[in-house]
Amino acid sequence: MMDQYMLEIRDLYVYFRVYEGISRVLDGVSLDVRKGEQVGLAGETGCGKTVTMKTVMGALKIPPAIIPKGEVILDGQNVLKMSAKQLLQMKGTKVSMIFQDPMNALNPVFAVGTQLFDVIRFSNRHTSNGGKLSKKEILNRAIAALDEVRLPDPKRILNSYPLELSGGMRQRVLIAMALVNEPSFLIADEPQTALDVTIGAQILDLLSELVRTKGISVLLITHNLGVIQETTERVNIMYAGQVVETAPTALLFENPKHPYSQGLLASVPRLTGGEIAEGIRGTVPDYTAVPSGCRFHPRCDHVMPICSQKKPSLLLVEPDHLVGCWLYAKEGGVK
Amino acid sequence: MTADESTFSSVGLEITVTRWASFKDRVGRSWYRFRRNPISLAGGSMVLLVILLAILAPYVTPYPKHAGVFTDFSSAFQPPSQTHWFGTDEVGRDVFTRVIFGYRVSLMMAAVVLGLSVPFGIFLGLVAGYFGGWIETIIMRVTDIFLALPPLVMALAICSAFTPTIEKAMLAVAAIWWTWHCRLINSITRSIKTEEFVQASQVIGSSHLRILFKDILPNCASAIMVKITLDAGFVILVGAGLSFLGLGVQPPKPGLGTMISYGSQHLPIKWWLTVFPSFAIFFLILGFNLLGDGLRDMLDVEAEGM
Amino acid sequence: MSESLLVVEGLVKRFPIRAGIFHRLVGEVKAIESVSFDIKSSEIFGLVGESGSGKSTVGKTLLRIYKPTKGTIQFKGRDVTKLTKETLRFFRQQAQMVFQDPKSSLNPRRSIKSTIEESLIVHKVAKNGGARKKIVADRLAMVELSPNYMYKYPSMLSGGQRQRVAIARALALDPSFIVLDEPTSALDVSVQAKVIRLLQRLQAERQMAYLFISHDLSLMRTIASRTAVMYLGRIYELATTEALFTNPLHPYTKTLISAVPVVSAEERQMKPKKQSHGGEIPSPINPPSGCAFHPRCSLAEQVCAQELPDLAEVLPGHFVRCHIAIDALSANTRKMHLVNSAKEARNKIKRR
Repeated sequence: MMDQYMLEIRDLYVYFRVYEGISRVLDGVSLDVRKGEQVGLAGETGCGKTVTMKTVMGALKIPPAIIPKGEVILDGQNVLKMSAKQLLQMKGTKVSMIFQDPMNALNPVFAVGTQLFDVIRFSNRHTSNGGKLSKKEILNRAIAALDEVRLPDPKRILNSYPLELSGGMRQRVLIAMALVNEPSFLIADEPQTALDVTIGAQILDLLSELVRTKGISVLLITHNLGVIQETTERVNIMYAGQVVETAPTALLFENPKHPYSQGLLASVPRLTGGEIAEGIRGTVPDYTAVPSGCRFHPRCDHVMPICSQKKPSLLLVEPDHLVGCWLYAKEGGVK
Repeated sequence: MTADESTFSSVGLEITVTRWASFKDRVGRSWYRFRRNPISLAGGSMVLLVILLAILAPYVTPYPKHAGVFTDFSSAFQPPSQTHWFGTDEVGRDVFTRVIFGYRVSLMMAAVVLGLSVPFGIFLGLVAGYFGGWIETIIMRVTDIFLALPPLVMALAICSAFTPTIEKAMLAVAAIWWTWHCRLINSITRSIKTEEFVQASQVIGSSHLRILFKDILPNCASAIMVKITLDAGFVILVGAGLSFLGLGVQPPKPGLGTMISYGSQHLPIKWWLTVFPSFAIFFLILGFNLLGDGLRDMLDVEAEGM
Repeated sequence: MSESLLVVEGLVKRFPIRAGIFHRLVGEVKAIESVSFDIKSSEIFGLVGESGSGKSTVGKTLLRIYKPTKGTIQFKGRDVTKLTKETLRFFRQQAQMVFQDPKSSLNPRRSIKSTIEESLIVHKVAKNGGARKKIVADRLAMVELSPNYMYKYPSMLSGGQRQRVAIARALALDPSFIVLDEPTSALDVSVQAKVIRLLQRLQAERQMAYLFISHDLSLMRTIASRTAVMYLGRIYELATTEALFTNPLHPYTKTLISAVPVVSAEERQMKPKKQSHGGEIPSPINPPSGCAFHPRCSLAEQVCAQELPDLAEVLPGHFVRCHIAIDALSANTRKMHLVNSAKEARNKIKRR
């Protein structure tokens, strides 16, 4: 049963100590990624997706962060209980990341090749089947990696500096760096946002193809719902530190159940034209003074008395479709 | 159609927050960040202590008259004791008192030098960075020439050309100190001038001078603050160096460098004559450096937004 | 029949690249290479393109943040390329800009009040501080922010709120024309919806014209009445938004539309097939010969590499710069108006 899941986040709470008091950012996040699956995590700024991601990668600075409760199980192991050494072994080999802005993720003063070699050498040092790689082997692996991401003239690229490459090429390099050590899990944080539309489309196509052929599980984090629709099988909608709805992508987009998901989808401008909806009234809550009960209730058009009193848990409304909303309490059972 | 207040109704617009309340809140937040950082807190306390001692010197020192002309050869060369915490010097004056009064000179030197050179350097840096082209080239090449001269040597040259006094020493140091600030402000201005808020002011039609002082200068403020605190320590060191060489504070006025200079003849037996003034300089400069480092850490964090 | 508020003719902007101690000229960034279009009062004109297209440069050059290398810009009949102090003042009061990144378009060291009242002070509009305060409060209300935001600083506001402040700043002097350079690109989609609706409402209420610059095609479809597609410093297609999306003629336009990730099945169905076989966007320092898109175009023929096509009106109000498209439509209606001849173009456009 456990073997089915690449990543399982169960009821994760993360708080931070700040000037005003305690910032309760994550309030019981639960999501999972099955092996070989491409899952999306959609949410707007401030919803906590970055914090979630950092927790999964073990990159959260523990003070000022506090994790009072929750589990993050990556391929059977609880990340939160890992030692520093274990975390180091995990990053880059089992789990890999692609960042949003390729310019920030690459060091501008080193040639691309140096950085790629570092990645290859680094993870090799940490895997259990030790043995140093020779320079030639490292070079070959690097060229093979660049070849996989369809970069022409790999030798020239290896000798280039990030500034000399275009945005699309840099992102391909980053993908190569992420995949060179054959991770089983990939976290992609807004991989196409910093790129032009046509180039971003190329990158997404490339990424989709690579993960499918290699059977890598993917967690794609973005605020762009169109990208979610076109590249993921399942999606989690996140709001104010909680996953409020999760379902197969096509299903959710056709029939969103949570008022936030509905508002979000209605706000997306359409290629077919027409008016954009009103947006969602109100603003994201202040994490040092969160609303009682359901965190979305001050902004909800369907608010009921119970919404400000008790926090809803995720309810099953149809096969594989969970919603955290009191509107569906009569319909579904409990997860 | 021009905009004037009669066209718009202000009915129902209540401004409940005042400028003062907003100001208090900002100060509160900055203070919170400041006191959380142990480095800046330590440095700040040290500097504050010295400043207070220097200002209240006549009241906190046991023998304020020893700061002026005073001799008592019967108590000369006394080692540190209950009555003279830092001992006495070659004419019987209390070293502790003179050290505290010596701080006055050091702090005044820092204030005068920086007070003169910093505004000048900032103005040149702003103009050079903003207008670019040949204006910048001329200003920056002149700056480069000045930068090539080590401050102590320059100060020496200027001081020894005339009768050395502490005032001339201060002017000499100020005459070359502006260059660092000019350079710093020039590079900051160059990067800020392409920012969109500067372009927005250009689109509005603000004059160049207005943009320089209202848009660009406030953004240099944090870098200037850090640099001034770090500079203060360095200026004091240069001043002490000049005094040590006989070109700064002239006896019988108390000056830390001068005291070290006279006291060095009596090392190592009468160690208190050099050790305490040296330690005093060290303490003050360390304080400024810690304060500067702490401020820089604090402002970096602020820039990151946490 | 609306009149043209703004007429741009043959606009060119090149940025010099200098190297060496003596600042020798070693190359040029050809940001804009001859752009012509017009905007009517109370119209939302869209400019869409990717990086290197020059769309942002057009906006900034129109408002004289950059000096045009060549070409003319006529605003309400007056030529603003040759600005005297008097025309400059008049122009600055009438034409304003909203920038893309709310983080960098507001000075982090200035209070909201100071930012908004800047134009009031510069143009000496109000009698004193109190009068200015009232105007600032009013503008804040216009963008749906409480006047209490006056004494706050940008770091205390969210992206959406900052963008509203940027809009309030642009509105301070009641302009008739605003250039909006990717005003919502940095915002979340639900916040974007609110800001777009605000912009639409203000435009309708105050009868302003907008030049709306964006890379987001879905957004363009929703908001602009006419749209121009830019690539490497030139306009390659210009039409009413409806026509551009339902009947795109240029291979680049089709590629662009096909690349947009969409949420619904209907959108997916209306997308044209892409007509590019991949490749990078060329650099504006060394643009390709002839039609700049030819290296990436699946339909390219020899003439495309040799000759730059003219921007021709192949259907009423629908202009395209493409040998293939022009030839394909020459069989049907033939109305070739070369936009390069200024007067002719303006008269014909008045017909709309």
